[in-house]
Amino acid sequence: MSDKTSLLLPEPRPAFTERYSNWIDRRAALVFPAPALLVVFGIIIFPILYTLWMALQDWGLAYPTPPKFIGLDNYIKLLTDDERFRGAAIRTFYFTGLAVALQTVLGVGMALIFHRQFLGRGLLRTLCVLPMMATPVAIALVFNMMYHPKLGVMNYFLSLLGLKPALWTFDSKSVIPSLVLVDTWQWTPLIMLITLAGLAALPAEQYEAARIDGANRLQTFFYITLPLLRPTIMVAVLFRVIDALKQFDIIYVMTQGGPGNASETINLYLYQQGFSYFQMGYASSLVVVFFTLVVGVSFLFIRMRRAAW
Amino acid sequence: MVNGDAGRHRRLNWHRIQQRVERIGFYLLVLLVALPAAFVFFWMLSLSVKTQVESTAYPPIFIPRAPTLRAYAEVFAKNPFYKYTVNSLVVGLGSTILALAVGLPAAYSIARWKQQRLALGILVARMTPGLSYLVPWFIMFKRIGLTDNYLSLILTHLIISLPLVIWVMIGFFEDLPSELEDAARVDGCTTFGFFRRIALPLTQPGIVATAILSFIFSWNNFFVSVIIAGPNTRTLPVAVFNMMTYEEINWGPLAAAATMVTLPVLIMTLFMQRQIVSGLTFGAVKG
Repeated sequence: MSDKTSLLLPEPRPAFTERYSNWIDRRAALVFPAPALLVVFGIIIFPILYTLWMALQDWGLAYPTPPKFIGLDNYIKLLTDDERFRGAAIRTFYFTGLAVALQTVLGVGMALIFHRQFLGRGLLRTLCVLPMMATPVAIALVFNMMYHPKLGVMNYFLSLLGLKPALWTFDSKSVIPSLVLVDTWQWTPLIMLITLAGLAALPAEQYEAARIDGANRLQTFFYITLPLLRPTIMVAVLFRVIDALKQFDIIYVMTQGGPGNASETINLYLYQQGFSYFQMGYASSLVVVFFTLVVGVSFLFIRMRRAAW
Repeated sequence: MVNGDAGRHRRLNWHRIQQRVERIGFYLLVLLVALPAAFVFFWMLSLSVKTQVESTAYPPIFIPRAPTLRAYAEVFAKNPFYKYTVNSLVVGLGSTILALAVGLPAAYSIARWKQQRLALGILVARMTPGLSYLVPWFIMFKRIGLTDNYLSLILTHLIISLPLVIWVMIGFFEDLPSELEDAARVDGCTTFGFFRRIALPLTQPGIVATAILSFIFSWNNFFVSVIIAGPNTRTLPVAVFNMMTYEEINWGPLAAAATMVTLPVLIMTLFMQRQIVSGLTFGAVKG
C-alpha cells in the first residue's frame, strides 16, 4: 500500500515523511516510550505525588471544611495509635502467608503430576487454567453459596467425611482460612503453570546421571529437581505474594471485612477509610504505608532470588 | 531351568500388577486435583438452572431434575443487564486498545535499547496496589466532573492493562534476533518501519495473548469499577455484586448472573488457552 502511494504522490511529500521519520529514527529510544511515559505519569506518578501531599492534610470529603495541613500527624496516628490498622496488617500477612504457602506446595505438586504424559492431560490442564481467568466476583458469589452454614454444599461434604459442620466465613476464627481456600482454588494453577514451564526447561543429562548412580525418585526430586527449579518457583511465589497482599475482590464480596473486623486486611481498611468515611487525608497516609510495604516485600523477594542464584 | 522360567514369569506379573496399581493411584491423584476446579463451575451452572426449592434443598441436589432458565429471565427482567454488558465491553475493549497502542512501542523500546530503569518503573507499577491510585483519582474525577463516564473508567483500567501489556511484551520483543534489524537496516528500513513492518507481525502471537489477558483482566475488574463507575457506566461485576445485596438467599438469579459474567471469559480461555498460558508465564520463566 505505502509503496503505491509513494509512487503516486508528488516529490515534496516523501521528502517530508523522510525528514519526519529521520527525526523519529534519531530519537527512537525517546519517542517510542514517550506515549506510555505520558500515560504512566498521568495515571500513576501524578496520583502518587497527589497522595503524598494529601497524606499531610486533615481532610474529610464529607465535611464542608477545606483540607487542613497537619504535617505528619496522619502517619503518627496510623503507626502508633490505630489498633484497627495493626489488626489489618497482621491479618494481611496471615492471609498472604497461609495462601502462598498452600498454593506453592499444591502448585508444585500439581506441576509434577502434569509433567508426566497421561491420557486427557491437555484437557485437564485447560480445566486448571479456567479458575485463574474466572471473574473473581462471580467466584466469590458461588463460594458464598457453598459456604452457607445451613444450606451450603461444603458442610454437606464435611458431613460425608464425618466431620462437624463449619461456620466458614461466618466465624471470626475460620473466616481467613475460608478466604484463603478461595484464593487457593483460583491461583494455585499459576504456580503450577510457571513450575511446569520450568520443569520443561530442565536439562536431561543430570537425570540420566542420577539414574545411573541409582538415585530413587524421592532423591532425584529433592537433590536435582527442586534445587534446579528454585529460581522458577521463587518467581511464581513472588507473583503470588504481591497479588495476595493486594487481594480485595474476594474478601470484599464475601465478607466486606467481617464478621466484625475479622477479615479486614489493609486493602479493605483503606477502602473503608477512603470510600465509606471519606477521610481522604488519613486514607492517603494509609496508601503510602501500604505501597511502601508491598514494594518493600517485593524487592526483598527479588533480592532473595538473586542471592539464591 | 523350568523352575527359573516360572519364577521370572511370576516376577514379571508382579511387576505388571505393581505398575497397574501405580497407574490407578496416579489417575486418582489427577482426579483429586481436577475435581475442585470442575466442581465450582458445575455448581454455579447447576444452581443457575435449579428451581428455588431445589437450590436450597438439604442434602443438596446435584443434578437438577427439571432444569429451568427462569433465573436467567428473572435477572434480565429485574436489571438492565444488557446495558451492563455493553459497558463492560466498551471499557474492556477501550482500555485494551489504548494499552496496546501506548504499551507496544514502549515495550519494544525497553527491549531494544535495554532501558532497565523504565522496566523497573513498570515493574513497580505492576506491584503497587491498584486501590492506592484510586483515592486521588476519585477526588480528581469529582472535581472536574468526570464521574460516571466511560473515559474515566477506561483511563483507570489502564492501571491494570498498561503494565501488563508492557511487561509481557518486553519478553516477546527481546526474543527477536538482533541480526534481523541489522539486515532490515541495510535494506534501508527505518526504526519505526522495522517496528511496524517486522517486529509487530513477528510478535503477533504475543500481542494476541496480551490483548486477551488485558481484556479479561479489565472485564473481571471489580475494585476500580465499584469506585469509579456510576449508575450509567456500571460494569457487570459491580452489577452482580449489587444484586447480591438485595437477592440474599434467592440463589437462582445470583448464580445465573455469576454464570453470565464469567461464561464469556471461560469460553475465551478455552479457545485461547495456549496464548493465555504463554502470556501468564512468559515473563516468569525467562526472568
